[in-house]
Amino acid sequence: MSILFVLIPLGLGLLGIAVWGFIWAVNNDQFEDLDQAAHSILFDDDRIASEALDLSGDEST
Amino acid sequence: MSAAPAIAGAVEPCFHCGLAVPPGLSYSVFIDGVDRPMCCPGCRAVAMAIIDQGLDDYYRHREGHGVNPEALSPSSAEEARSFDDAEIQRAFVRCDPEGIKRATLSIEGISCAACAWLIERQLRRRPGVVDVSVHLGSHRAQLTWDPTIAKLSELLTAVTEVGYVAHPFQPDREEQYARDQQKRMLRRLGVAGLGMMQVMMYAVGLYAGSFQGIDDHHRLLLHWVSLVVTTPVVFYAASPFFGNALRDLRSRQLGMDVPVAIAIGGAYLASVWSMLGGAGEVYFDSVCMFTFFLLLGRYLEARMRRRSDEFSRRLLRGAPRTARRVGPTGDEIVACRLLVPGDLVRVREGETIPADGVIVEGHSAIDEALLTGEPLPHARLPGDPVIGGSQNIESPLVISVTRTGATSTLASIVALLDRAQAERPATVRAADRAARVFVAAVLGLTAAVIFYWWHVQPDRAFEIGLAILVSTCPCALSLATPAALAAATNGLARAGLLISRGHVLEGLARISDFVFDKTGTLTRGELELVAVRPLGKESETECMAIARALEEHSSHPIARAFSRWNGPGVRFDDESGAQTETVCSEAIAVTGAGLSGRIHGVGYRLGRADWALSLSPGSSVPIFDEADCAVLLVGERGPVAWFGLRDELRPGAAKLIESLRRSGARAHLLTGDPSPGATRVARRLGIEEARGGASPEEKLAYVRNLQTRGAVIAMAGDGVNDAPVLAAAQISIAMGGGSDLTRARADSVLLEDDLDTLTLALNWSRKTRRVIRQNLTWALLYNLTILPLASMGLVAPYAAAIGMSLSSLLVVGNALRLGDVRVSK
Repeated sequence: MSILFVLIPLGLGLLGIAVWGFIWAVNNDQFEDLDQAAHSILFDDDRIASEALDLSGDEST
Repeated sequence: MSAAPAIAGAVEPCFHCGLAVPPGLSYSVFIDGVDRPMCCPGCRAVAMAIIDQGLDDYYRHREGHGVNPEALSPSSAEEARSFDDAEIQRAFVRCDPEGIKRATLSIEGISCAACAWLIERQLRRRPGVVDVSVHLGSHRAQLTWDPTIAKLSELLTAVTEVGYVAHPFQPDREEQYARDQQKRMLRRLGVAGLGMMQVMMYAVGLYAGSFQGIDDHHRLLLHWVSLVVTTPVVFYAASPFFGNALRDLRSRQLGMDVPVAIAIGGAYLASVWSMLGGAGEVYFDSVCMFTFFLLLGRYLEARMRRRSDEFSRRLLRGAPRTARRVGPTGDEIVACRLLVPGDLVRVREGETIPADGVIVEGHSAIDEALLTGEPLPHARLPGDPVIGGSQNIESPLVISVTRTGATSTLASIVALLDRAQAERPATVRAADRAARVFVAAVLGLTAAVIFYWWHVQPDRAFEIGLAILVSTCPCALSLATPAALAAATNGLARAGLLISRGHVLEGLARISDFVFDKTGTLTRGELELVAVRPLGKESETECMAIARALEEHSSHPIARAFSRWNGPGVRFDDESGAQTETVCSEAIAVTGAGLSGRIHGVGYRLGRADWALSLSPGSSVPIFDEADCAVLLVGERGPVAWFGLRDELRPGAAKLIESLRRSGARAHLLTGDPSPGATRVARRLGIEEARGGASPEEKLAYVRNLQTRGAVIAMAGDGVNDAPVLAAAQISIAMGGGSDLTRARADSVLLEDDLDTLTLALNWSRKTRRVIRQNLTWALLYNLTILPLASMGLVAPYAAAIGMSLSSLLVVGNALRLGDVRVSK
């Protein structure tokens, strides 16, 4: 069980990273709008760009 | 573009905004392979702009219809251009050293994530836009742009093109503070949560150890790491409790935070003490869990409040308001705060009057609904006073400013409001008082027990005293109410009622009187045509066609009723399209009277009966009282028809009144509108107590009078005039469509003006009360069982911990049932 003396401090280190990450996220407004992120995946950002490419392709032929 | 066949009777609603398509119109846009009907050129233009720019994903993912562009109030082109002015921009634009500008915009018309996406895409594509992010919850957008490439006014116009309206917005200091405060709470919550998880893990090891045996050095290790993790939880995350407790003690009060602070601080110190002494129990896990749950409850409450505050501030004080000042060299646009009494300002139709004043030139209809709650505009002539904040409906005016700033009518209403709020009855604080008694009891008991043990067995006194504090105060009992309230508040927010003050849910279950402000609360605030009675030889259809043609030249609410109407019995597409051929010429809107015009060479008047009749002297008409409001159409050859208009009830109104009656609460109707319409509405709904024509002061007196007889009053309203009364009622509910001021001060905001949600909230408050009672009963039973055992020093450490955790879990689980509002809706 001596491994505990290594693993627990290691766990503490990970906890520290988690806390730091959380505080970073709060400070960077990551929790400001929790509703929209859930929907943004539905929207296809690239489609318009690819369509525009298709159009220009059509014109050149 | 192709014309969709107009089928009378079964008309599909407008694809963009969801309103009924007026018969005979054939606007449509080709979307997703189908011709979609559009109700008006505005919607068509917006839909075409969206499709043309490849943004049709919007229609695929939106959750509801868009807003009809006519319902929005875009800035005039001139006003928009004024936002490019450096002097005016100074109020709301921040500028980087590199010349990149940043501004917050408040956006009207957003309803779902698809809207936010649409606006972001639309703006991001414009040259010069560096970044834009739309925040759905607060209806705001952060816009960063390069002023050398794009002008702000052009970007605002781009938003208008896709059917929304963007105004520059100036976040105030109060709001910034609320935002920072919430971030602080969230950081604390995160630290407490992560700490709790970690310490619980060590605690499992320790409990397992106390069953199966554990090496001393392992136990010591677990104790030490628990201490390391708990220390920031106590000193950082729980610091507000200590601060509050200290403040309470200084002001010689016993708040809920006093025992919380004693329990957290005491348990922490005792744990450290017993750890160093190598004997006794550690309570690090309880400390973290307790801190986390308490913080969670407070965070949820604060978030609700901030959301509703943000919602209500959306437009309030937002746009740097401008006025058109008449100067010697022509009109100039200036910021409203620069106006001084004596200035002449020009107010065009559709604009908001910038300050209190007197009309110098022109006559118009003024919509004072914001201030008085009356739905119909008033006629105002030169010499008449006008109130800042009301809206000019019909024609341009020149106004001489009389009062601005703190002396204005709006400011005096705010003062009345502040006073009413300060004098609010103390029922709210009943819960606090009960808590104080409980706290005093627990502290007294603990002291007594410690005193007893001090004489019997001094070395155990401290330990046992702590056992009592930890086992009584923590978790279950203090979680019983906040957990239930937080869950119910969250659930109701999803259903459309934002609750910003904690007492609303408890209070709603106890109300004895529910006071409504008629306009915009029980009714839609939009007139609908309900009856046509022809008086001459013309058919109903012809009467309608004439009236519509006349009313097309007006923007009065009555005119909107005519343009919307497509009820049965009247068709426009028969008789070779009578409607399209009925064109009115020489139309004149006569303020306060109605409209006159010429159709097919015949002169007509439509409006107030005595005025309309004067076109055809000597004729008389039968009395007509089928509706709340009636207008008469008279031709040169004699009276043509009566039109009855009615302010329609909101869909859930009848159900709400019924639900109030069943719960034993009386409904009152208190309105500033002096017309008999108010009492009619009350009769239709079966409300016994109705009073019309009441001024804000009278309303306040009415509510106070009820309160002196011991009534617990909930009030729902929307106008600014209602704000002081709302503040005086124990529970105030502002309609989401109401004025900003009302929403900002109310305890709760009904977002979609859906009265069904209010009915739901009434039921829910009762359910919440039931759950709170169950929780309290359980917690009390648990505490009463554990208290004697703990006092006798018989509680084994793992038993206390397991018992406490189970009892908290039970309480939280029971409370969570309240979150699922939608299921029962």
